[in-house]
Amino acid sequence: MLKELAKSIREYKLLSILSPLCVMCEVVLEVILPFLMANIIDNGIYKENWDYIWKTGLVLAIVAFAALVFGALAGRFAAVASAGFAKNLRHDLFYKLQTYSFGNIDKFSASSLVTRLTTDVTNVQNSYQMIIRVAVRAPFMMVFAMIMTFRINPTLAMVFVVFIPFIALALGLIIRFAHPVFSRVFKTYDKLNNVVQENLHGIRVVKSFVREDYETKKFNDISDRIFRDFTKAEKTIAFNMPVMQLSVYSCILIISWIASDNILAGTMTTGQLVSMMTYVFQILMGLMFLSMIMVMVVLSRASGERIVEVLKETPDIASPDEPVTELNDGSIVFENVRFSYSGKADRMCLDGINIKINSGETVGIIGGTGSSKSSLVQLIPRLYDATEGRVLVGNRDVREYDIEALRDNVAMVLQKNVLFSGTIKENLRWGDKDATDEDIKRVCRLACADDFIERMPDGYDTYIEQGGTNVSGGQRQRLCIARALLKKPKILIMDDSTSAVDTKTDAMIRKAMLEEIPDTTKIIIAQRISSVMEADKIIIMDKGKVAAIGTHEQLLKSSPIYKEVFTSQQKGSEENV
Amino acid sequence: MSDKKKKEKSEQGMPGKMPPAPGRIQNPGAVIKRLLSYMKEYRLRFTLVIICILISAGASALSAMFIQVLIDNYLTPLMTQKNPDLTNLHIMILCMGGVFAVGALAGLAYNRLMVTISQGIQKKIRDEMFAHMQTLPISYFDRNQTGDIMSRYTNDIDTLRQMMSMSIPQMFSAIFSIVTVFAAMIVLNRWLTLFVLLFVGLSMFVTKKIASGSAVNFVAQQKQLGDVNGYIEEMINGQKVVKVFTHEEAVKEEFDRKNEALCQSATAANTYANILMPIMNNLGNLQYVLIAIVGGALAIFGISSITPGVIASFLQLSKNFTRPISEISSQINAVIMALAGAERIFALMDEESEQDSGYVTLVNAKYDENGNITESEERTEMWAWKHPHGDGTLTYTKLCGNVVMDGVDFGYTPEKTVLFDVSLYAEPGQKVAFVGATGAGKTTITNLINRFYDIADGKIRYDGININKIRKSDLRRSLGIVLQDVHLFTGTVMDNIRYGKLDAPDEECIAAAKLANAHDFIMMLPDGYNTVITGDGGQLSQGQCQLISIARAAVADPPVMILDEATSSIDTRTEALVQKGMDGLMYGRTVFIIAHRLSTVQNSDVIMVLELGRIIERGTHEQLIEKRGKYYQLYTGAFELS
Repeated sequence: MLKELAKSIREYKLLSILSPLCVMCEVVLEVILPFLMANIIDNGIYKENWDYIWKTGLVLAIVAFAALVFGALAGRFAAVASAGFAKNLRHDLFYKLQTYSFGNIDKFSASSLVTRLTTDVTNVQNSYQMIIRVAVRAPFMMVFAMIMTFRINPTLAMVFVVFIPFIALALGLIIRFAHPVFSRVFKTYDKLNNVVQENLHGIRVVKSFVREDYETKKFNDISDRIFRDFTKAEKTIAFNMPVMQLSVYSCILIISWIASDNILAGTMTTGQLVSMMTYVFQILMGLMFLSMIMVMVVLSRASGERIVEVLKETPDIASPDEPVTELNDGSIVFENVRFSYSGKADRMCLDGINIKINSGETVGIIGGTGSSKSSLVQLIPRLYDATEGRVLVGNRDVREYDIEALRDNVAMVLQKNVLFSGTIKENLRWGDKDATDEDIKRVCRLACADDFIERMPDGYDTYIEQGGTNVSGGQRQRLCIARALLKKPKILIMDDSTSAVDTKTDAMIRKAMLEEIPDTTKIIIAQRISSVMEADKIIIMDKGKVAAIGTHEQLLKSSPIYKEVFTSQQKGSEENV
Repeated sequence: MSDKKKKEKSEQGMPGKMPPAPGRIQNPGAVIKRLLSYMKEYRLRFTLVIICILISAGASALSAMFIQVLIDNYLTPLMTQKNPDLTNLHIMILCMGGVFAVGALAGLAYNRLMVTISQGIQKKIRDEMFAHMQTLPISYFDRNQTGDIMSRYTNDIDTLRQMMSMSIPQMFSAIFSIVTVFAAMIVLNRWLTLFVLLFVGLSMFVTKKIASGSAVNFVAQQKQLGDVNGYIEEMINGQKVVKVFTHEEAVKEEFDRKNEALCQSATAANTYANILMPIMNNLGNLQYVLIAIVGGALAIFGISSITPGVIASFLQLSKNFTRPISEISSQINAVIMALAGAERIFALMDEESEQDSGYVTLVNAKYDENGNITESEERTEMWAWKHPHGDGTLTYTKLCGNVVMDGVDFGYTPEKTVLFDVSLYAEPGQKVAFVGATGAGKTTITNLINRFYDIADGKIRYDGININKIRKSDLRRSLGIVLQDVHLFTGTVMDNIRYGKLDAPDEECIAAAKLANAHDFIMMLPDGYNTVITGDGGQLSQGQCQLISIARAAVADPPVMILDEATSSIDTRTEALVQKGMDGLMYGRTVFIIAHRLSTVQNSDVIMVLELGRIIERGTHEQLIEKRGKYYQLYTGAFELS
C-alpha cells in the first residue's frame, strides 16, 4: 500500500527528505541546549563568572536561534511537501478515474468515489505531514537525548534503559486495546451520519408516515452504541497520561536518589543534575508523541487503503493495442449477445440478442420498466462490454476500435442526463469544442431548443446551475440532444430523451433529424408509441430478450404486447379527437 | 417538490443567511451557561474531577520545584559537611514518591471521569438535537441545507467533545500551574519576574500574529478545498456523460487548475501552523538564556540581592511558567470553535417545533347495538375521529376521506401568494387529479392537506372537521403520500415497505408489493425481499424505487391517498398494471393524483387544471376535451408542460 501511495510524491521527494533533515538539526541543537545551560549554571552563575555567562549565553542564543530557523524550515518544507503530495495524489486519482469504464464506476459507486477523492486524501495528507515532521523528531530526540545522558553519567542513563521498554510496552498495550474499539466507533459514526442524512433527505416521508418516534429510536440506538464504544476506547486511552507521569516521576526520584550520592561524592555537579532532568522530559515526551503518531497513522491507514483500491483498479475497458480509428458507416450488428452487469451467468440482463441495423436507419426500442433497453444500447459505444457474443459497428467488433474514436462517432443521450455548471454555450461545446456559434444555433434548431434559449435573458450565454436545475426537464432534454448532435455522429442513440417534451415538439425533432441527418443511424428508446411509430424498425424488449422486431404495421399484427401498449396510449385520442 | 427547490435556491442567494463563520459567537455567556446546565447531572463527578485536577497539577508543580528544593535545601548544605547524613534526604525523596503516586492516580481518575462526563453530555445533546429536529416544521428543512444541518452532528459535536475532554482539563491545570508558579517567582525575585512577564508578552504577541496569518490562510484553504471537492463531486456524478462525450482531457485540465490553487493555499495555511511550535519553543529557550544572563548580571554586579540557587530555580520556574501559557493559547482556539459549534447546535434546538393544537384524534371504532359509533380497544377495520367539545361532550365521526377546500389562499412567504382562491370537494371514492406546469401550485395543495404548512382556520375540512383541530400525527396517519422524489432508507426491501406500517407481517408487505407490481422485480434481486438497499436505492432504477414507495404507501392502507408524480418514471404499460392494482385498493377511498403524463390522470373523476396558483379548468376528461381549453391543448400536444 505504502509503495503505491509513495508513487505520488514525485517532485516533492527532495523536500520530503529535507524536512526530516531539518528536524534532525533542530533536535540536535535542542538537545545541546540543556547541556550548555548546565554549564552556565555550574561554571558561570555558581562561580560568579560574568565573562563565562555572557559568552556561553551568546552561544546559547545563537543555538536557540538556529534551532528556530531549522524548526521553521522543517515546518515550511513539510507543509509544501504534504500539500504537494496531496495534490499529486488527487491528480493521480482523478486521472485514473477518467480511465474507468462504467463498470468500474458502478463497482465503487459515485458517493464512495467522492469520499475517497476528498476526505480520504485529506486524512493521508495530514498523516504524511505528521510522519515527515514529528515521526522523525520523536525517536531522534529520544536517541540523541539518551546519548547526552550517557555522556553526563552512564550509570544514571541506565535508568532510562530500564524504563523505556516498560513504557513502550504500556503504550503498546493501550493502543492495542483502544484501536479496534476506535475503528469500530468510526464505522458506527458513518452509520449515524447516514441515518441523519437519510432522515433529512426523506423528512417529508418521515412526517407523512408519522415516523418521527421510529426515526428517533433508530438514531438513539446508534447513538448509544457510539457512547458505549467511545467511552470504552477513551477510558483506555486515559491511561496514557498517568503512565507517562508515573514514569517521569519515577525517573526523577531514582535519578535524584543516585545523583545525590554522586554529587556529595563529588563525581557529579548540580548543573548536570538539572540538565539530566531536562533530558528525562525530552525522552519521555518523545515516547508520548510516538504513541500519538502511531494512533493517527493507524487510523489513516484505512483511508490509504481506500485510495490504493482506486489507484489499483484496472479499467475493464481499454482501447486495443492497434486500434482502428475510422468507422466505415453507422451499421450495427448484435451477434448472440448475452450480458450481465456482474459478469455472472445466472442473472443475465440481456440474453440471445441478434439484431441487424443498417446505416442510416431509424430504430425504435420500446419495453417495460426493467426490460434492459438501456443495457442494450450501452453496448454500442462500449460503455460496457458484452459478456458473450459480439457487437459490430461499421462491420467491425467494437473492441477493435480506439475508444475515443468509437464514442466520438456514437453519440448517446443518456437517460439520467446531466448538464454541468456553466453557460449553455459551454455545455453544448462538450459535443465539439471548436464549434462555431453558427454550428451551435444549427443543432439547437434541430433539437427545437433555439426558441426557448433565445427567449432567455442571456440567450446562449445563460448560466446553467449544477445539475441543470434552472431549466425545465423538457428543456434540459433538448439541450442534451443538441449537445449530442454537435458531435456529428454516425450513430445517435437517444435513451428516453424526449419523455418530458410534448408530443408535438417530439415529432418536430424527429422530423428535423430525418431531414437534416439522413445518413446518421438513429436509435430511439421511448415510452410513447408515437415517438417510434414511424421508425424503419421497432424492437420490442421484454425481460432482457428481443420479443419482436418489425415495422409499426407488422407489429400491430404480430405482437400482442405492442398492440396492447398502442391501444392503451391511443384510446383517449381516438375516442375524443 | 419543485416549490421547495425553488425556495432553497432563493435562500442560497440571500446574504446573511450563511452559517456564522467558525469562531464568531454571538452570545458566549448564554452558551456557556447552557452547557453548564448539562453538567448538573454530573455535579458530584465534576467536583471530583476538579479536585483531582488540582491534586494532579499540584504534583506536577511540586515536581518542578523538587530539583530546586533538593539542591538548595539538601545538597548545598550537605556538601559543606564532612560526613553527610543522607537519611533526611532519602525520607524527603520517598515522601515525594508518595505525593507523585497520588498525583498520577488523581490524573488517571479525572481523565476517566471526564470521559464519562463528556461522552454522556455529548450523547445527551446529540439525542436531544435529533429528537427536536423531528418536531420541526417542513419549512425549516426548506430553509436550511442538508449539509449545513449535518455538520452539527459531525463537526460541531466533535469540537464540543474535544473541548470537554481535552481543553477544559488542560486549561484548569494550566491556570493552576500559572498561579502557583507565578507566586513562587514573585517570592523569589520581583525583577526577574517582571522580565519573564515582558518576554511572555512578546511571545504572545508573536503567537497572535502567526495565528491570525494562519486563520486567513485556513479560510482560503477551506474555500479552495470546497471548490475542488465540489468539482470532484460534479464530475464523478456526471462521469458517464464525460465518458460518452470523451471529454476526459478537458475535465482533467480544469481539475489541475483548481487542484493547483488548493495546493498553494494549503501550503500557506500549513506553513503558518507548522512554524508556530518551533518558534514558541525556541523563544522559550531564548528566554532561558536571557534570564541566565540578566540574573547573572544582577548577582555579580550586586544590583539585586540574588543567589545562584535563586537563579537556578528561577530558570526552571520560567520554563514552567511559559509552558502552560502556550498550552492555553493553543487551546483557546479550540474552545472558541467549540462554543461557536455549541451555539449552532443550540440554535437548532431553539427552533420552534411544529405547532399542533389539534385535539381531534383518530381511534379504532365500531358500531354499538344502537348503531352509534363508539370507540374500540381492539384494532377494528373501522376508524373514527374522536371529537371532544367545549361543553365536555364527545362525538365520533366515521373516517371516510371527505376533503373540502374552500377559497384557500396561500403563500410560503407573506409577500408571495402561490395559491389563489382554491376550492375543491373530494368525495370518498373519488379520484381527483391536478394537472399544470411546474410551479402552478399542485404540490402546494397537497402540502396544505397534510398540514406540512398551515393556513387560516376553517378553510380545509376533513370529514367535515376543520383540519386545524385534528392532531397532526392522526391527520397524517389517515393520509398516504407517494412523492415524486423517492426516498428509501438503508435497509432491506422488506424493511422499506414495512415503513408504511411497522407491525405489518411479511405476507402483508408482499401483498402490497404485488399490488404495486413490484413483486416480480424484487424476486429478481440477489436476496429477494432481504436485499439490502443503500442510500436512496442506488442499485435500483428510478422506476423500481417508485414501485417500492407505492408498495410502502399501500401497506399503510390509508383512506386518503396522495400520489405526487408517483409513476413518472414507470412505463405506461406497467403504470396501467399498477393503477389497476391501486384501483382495487382504492375502492371507496379518496385519491389525489398529480401527474405530468395525461394518460395517468385520464380516468379520474375530476381533473383540475392549475395555472399560476389558480384552478382554471375543472371537469372530467371528456368534459375538458369538449371545452377545448388548456386541457385540450395539452392533450393534443399543442402545448408543453414545463
